[in-house]
Parts: sequence; C-alpha cells; structure tokens
Amino acid sequence: MDFGFKISPSSAINLDNVDTVKFEQLHDMEPDVYKCMACGSCTSTCPANRFSGMSMRKVILALQRGKEKDVVSMMRNCMLCGKCTMVCPRGINTRHLILSICRIYREDGK
Amino acid sequence: MKENIVIIGGGIAGLEAAGQLLGLGYKPIIIEKSDRLGGHVADWNCLFPDMTPAKDVVGRLIAGATEANIFLNTEISFVNKLKDSYNIMLSNGISIITKIILVTTGFSVFDASKKEEYGYGVYDQVITNRDLEHWFNTGNDRRIDDCGMNAVGFVHCVGSRDEKAKNPQCSKVCCITAVKQAIELKQKFPETMVYCFYMDLRMFGKKYEDFYIGAQRDYGIRFIRGRVSEVSENIDGRVIVKAEDTLSGKPVKVTLDLLVLMAGMVCNPDSTKVANMISLPIDSDGFLKSRDNVADIIDSPKDGIFYAGACTGPKTVPETLAEARAAALKIHLYNKTMQ
Repeated sequence: MDFGFKISPSSAINLDNVDTVKFEQLHDMEPDVYKCMACGSCTSTCPANRFSGMSMRKVILALQRGKEKDVVSMMRNCMLCGKCTMVCPRGINTRHLILSICRIYREDGK
Repeated sequence: MKENIVIIGGGIAGLEAAGQLLGLGYKPIIIEKSDRLGGHVADWNCLFPDMTPAKDVVGRLIAGATEANIFLNTEISFVNKLKDSYNIMLSNGISIITKIILVTTGFSVFDASKKEEYGYGVYDQVITNRDLEHWFNTGNDRRIDDCGMNAVGFVHCVGSRDEKAKNPQCSKVCCITAVKQAIELKQKFPETMVYCFYMDLRMFGKKYEDFYIGAQRDYGIRFIRGRVSEVSENIDGRVIVKAEDTLSGKPVKVTLDLLVLMAGMVCNPDSTKVANMISLPIDSDGFLKSRDNVADIIDSPKDGIFYAGACTGPKTVPETLAEARAAALKIHLYNKTMQ
C-alpha cells in the first residue's frame, strides 16, 4: 500500500551489533590500523577524493563501525597512488592497508 | 630564623614547599583540614606518564616535611589583619602571627551527580575517575565485576568545558587520566572492549601523546569523538550510552558494563573561604587570582601572600611541585627584603 511516504531505516550505529571479526583479522595483518587519529590528511591529499568521495579516514572509521558495504564501494575509486601514505603523520602505510582491506573484505565476493 | 611561615593545605604543594623551606632554614607551619597529609594525590594509584606509584611520591614529600610544624584536623577559624602581619586563629584554639602565608588549598573534584544525564548516583554501573582510582588502590568496589566485563566506557570532560555546570575551563589532566585508566583496565581485562568518548584529546604534556598512541596501537582502545548526551539503564543493570559519532556524523549507541565519568577540577570551596578571610580576589574562572597570570602566577595581589598548586587553576603533579619550589624561593627572597 502506498501512503505517499515511507520510513527510512535508522542511520544510527549500534556498537553492540558490530561484528569485529574481520576488523581483527585486518588488525593482525596491519597492526597500524589502530593508530589512525582521524586527522584527515589522507583525505585532503587524495586525488580521487574530489570526484569520488574516496576517503581513507572514513574507510578506517567505517570498518570499526561495521559499515563494510560503504568501504567496498569507496575503495573502488582508489588509484593506489600512495599519496596518503606520504602524508600520514602516524606513519600508517595506508597504501598497503588498502590492499589488505581489499584482500579481506572482497574475498567472499562482496 | 624566627619568622613564621604558614602553609594552608597539606597536599603535595604544601608538603613540597615546606620541604624546600626547611632546606632554606625556616620552620614552616602546615595547617591541614583532614586527618592525613598528601591531599588528592594520596588517593591516586599510579601517576602518568611513567606509572610512578602515587604513594612513593607522597611518601617522599611527607618524609621531607616531617620537621615542619604540622597541624592535622585543623581549620582556620578566622584571620585578623594587623598592621603588617596576620593573626590566624585555628580551630584548635592556637593563634599564629605571621607575615607570610602560602595558600596551597588545591582543588575539589567536580561533583559528577550534578550532570544528571550521566546518572552518577542513580545507575549502579556509573562511577567516576576517583572511584576507579580507589578500586586500583584497594580492589574493593562491588560495581566492578572482576570476571566478564564486555565493554567499558570513559566519558571525558564531565564538569569541564561546561558553562551550564558553571565550569567553562578545561581541567587539563582528565584526557591523559582517562587514557591512563583505560590502559590500566585493559591490562587487567584484555578481553574487554574499552571506548573513550571525547570532544578533543588534549595531550599537551611530556610523553602524553605516546600514551595515546600506545592506547590505540597496543591496547586497541576505541576513541569516539562525541560528547555523551545521555545514559540510561537496561533491565539487566547495564548502561546504554548515546552520543554522536561526529567523525561519521551519525548517532551512536552502545551498551556498557561500566561507565567511568572523568570528573574535572573545580576551585576548592575552602580556597574561596580562605580568600574571603584575607580578602584575596577570585579570577573569572573561579580559582584564586594571581598578581599576573603570566609572570607572577605564584604571587597574590597582596604582599606576603603566595600561592602554589591548583588553587589558581587545574595543574598536573609536576607543575604543582615546580610552583611549590618557586614559591619557597620567592618566600625566602621576600623574607630577606623584610629584614
């Protein structure tokens, strides 16, 4: 039945329901993923960001919040240029991290 | 040297200043309201950044000040201004005439139950930084479950940076204290998920940033940028915390077994009481007003009255000790000019 309106699903994050298994798997491969302090240097330097919205900061955050789908679609825009790795003040090898994320989160055909 | 020097407050500032003054040949008098020396620091367990046991620090300070005249369980009843000195009447009936007073009355911990939305004193599983530190010391708190806490949260800035709580200043040490306590909890309960809800992380001091990186990298503590807006209790007594995850712009909700409120520093009401007796001004932040907040932080606007430590604003332990030493030297020089 069409009421002329619909209720959109809640965008709230419930940390009780986040499945951390894959993120822990990622952490085992890339211990530095914990070090991100969300400064946004990677995003501001990313050449793909301005036309695709790719943001390494958001990727790391979304993985911790269980928003894996957002990550996979964002990741398609990465050109692996490595500029984010050069600017990261915490010395995270983001380029390598991106490859690891692709390995873990895409293996099961997502 | 006969000149009386009265130190009001037997916390770390008072003890350190007394120790230094003893070294300079004076015989200072410490007036302490409670029944023991060491103030707030005596209640703490370990001190950042090197996890120095607080009882070692306090023990050393007390040992250095034993030669001073110490009055415990003593308050100041009133102060009379004489021509060039003060007559201090103590609650034990003793009166002291002095030209030099050092105010080391320190701070009070913000009463977390004033922030009703956080539920301190209402929900069982909400505790404060001081309660947690007490538990580290004694292991005695029925609210902390030794086996099987799934998730624990820390709320930064409780009663700090909060105009509504009449406490707009930053309490300075709670960020690093939260990180320290989060690490200590994680060391005891490695399987527990620990969240820190923060507005900013002000890691200004020596090795604080290393502490923060360590908390993230080595302990996997999750930092969520957003101030907790409300806390409620669910049917099994756990607490549900709501905040905005401002980094993703979405509301966030999590159920916790324990919530620790990082209560900040406020001016000790006893500082205000002493200030009123000697007519010392109060600064706009509610703490005692120095002659100059850059160059003369340990001088009051009145001759012969000096400050050290957190009576003039939130301070760390090393800052307080440095001020106490500076005040001792200042008193020494002031005493020379009087002769």
